[in-house]
Amino acid sequence: MNFWTDPIHVIYQGLMQTFTGWGMAAEVAGILINLLGIVLMITAIMVLDIFLVWIERKVVARFQDRLGPNRVGPWGIFQPFPDIIKLVLKEDITPAGADKWVFNLAPILSLASVIFLWAVVPLASRIYGVDLNVALLYLVASGSIGTLSIIMAGWSSNNKYALVGAYRMVANMVSYEIPLAASLLIPTILSGSMSLTNIVNQQAHGVWFFFVSPLGALLFLVAAIAELGRSPFDLNEGESEIVAGFHIEYTGMKFGLFYAGELLHAFTFGGFVAALFFGGWHGPWAEEYPLLGAFYFVAKAMLGYWIIMWIKYTVPRIRIDHMLAFNWKFLTPLAFALLIVTALTHRFLMDFPTWVYVPGMFLSNVLVAWATLEILRGNARRERLAAEAH
Amino acid sequence: MENPWIYIGLFVLIGVIIPIVPLAASAILAPHKPNPIKQSTYECGMETVGDNWVQFKSQYYIFALAFLIFDVETVFLFPWALALNVTPLFVAAEGVIFILILLAGLYFVWQKRMLEWV
Repeated sequence: MNFWTDPIHVIYQGLMQTFTGWGMAAEVAGILINLLGIVLMITAIMVLDIFLVWIERKVVARFQDRLGPNRVGPWGIFQPFPDIIKLVLKEDITPAGADKWVFNLAPILSLASVIFLWAVVPLASRIYGVDLNVALLYLVASGSIGTLSIIMAGWSSNNKYALVGAYRMVANMVSYEIPLAASLLIPTILSGSMSLTNIVNQQAHGVWFFFVSPLGALLFLVAAIAELGRSPFDLNEGESEIVAGFHIEYTGMKFGLFYAGELLHAFTFGGFVAALFFGGWHGPWAEEYPLLGAFYFVAKAMLGYWIIMWIKYTVPRIRIDHMLAFNWKFLTPLAFALLIVTALTHRFLMDFPTWVYVPGMFLSNVLVAWATLEILRGNARRERLAAEAH
Repeated sequence: MENPWIYIGLFVLIGVIIPIVPLAASAILAPHKPNPIKQSTYECGMETVGDNWVQFKSQYYIFALAFLIFDVETVFLFPWALALNVTPLFVAAEGVIFILILLAGLYFVWQKRMLEWV
């Protein structure tokens, strides 16, 4: 065993020997090393977050046929740093009549709820925070803290726009949590596990769950975008109606935390799409060299993040009644129908070899998609005939 | 580490502390000169009329209720999905019946026109 095959273990052993050499108890040293690892990991995530600001601005500029930041450093890559200095030096205004405690706690929880997720993200075969056996439930639970931070921000700001924005956002997030949870059930069924590490390990040898359940991956992506509150589901900040929505009264670094949380959340869900449906860190030689696996994972997460950005800057915002109807009348029934089909097909094809199992599952998904399209077409035809009869 | 929840506990602790750092830096470095105009509620230049904690559409409440039912049921579905590979076919069929009952509830709400945004 050397550094390149198991870096975390080698570093852990080295630090353990150093600390116990100083006369520290093994349990205390273990907790201390884990604490150091956590601080290092969260710091790395925050640095990544800083560069995500640059990536987001550069990509939106390209989508809108502009240049984007290009003055500070090569291609403007150091632009986020003056931005952060500016945000820190800005005066922090708390509106009169705001509930101060809740008002100040909301941005912290908003960013923290995203950071929590990284405890279970499997970066590579032997590089991950912790292998939690209920990681998917932990994912949903952290999402609920994000929803809570939004209702806290909207309610405590003492502002009508903020309150309306928070209501809308929570109605949105709460509704789309159902298809999200239903599409999380699909990898659970396929791998027989709720641990992200196990789910990724089951996708070795190129049998990515995307090939087994393409419709499930699509449902997860749509539900995740709604859960993120990004366009076309960003009703929390309808500029023409309620200005900035729930964070209208936030200034300076508190606004910065909401913004950082949103970007990191999008990137994290790009990572989850990669881990759940696109084989996570799997790739050539990733098994032997975990650092290479971590590179594959980040590349796949970036691709997922790019797709989320692509949708955000292409599709216009939709109205709230359309959005809720889309969820309750289309996405939720479809998600549960797909769940039934996946569960039954998986149960029947489970004992067959891979070359029967994968095409069978793929075909079942295609059938569900075809049936859905037929039902939609039938409904549209009936509505058109009814409209013509008038 | 023996118990993963100790790790999660430490992670949550540090995860809350790290976002506080830039806020603390801002509290020390940023100027602080409040005045009544600056602290008034922002409504695009209009003056606020009446109380800001307004009562709003009860429609949101219906959606929250429907969500609550589905969310509780989803928690029941996770153990079923987890054990699908090792349990007999009968259990899989029972899970499907459970989902169908759930969908019947959704159909009922739909027919009651509770999902219309009025």
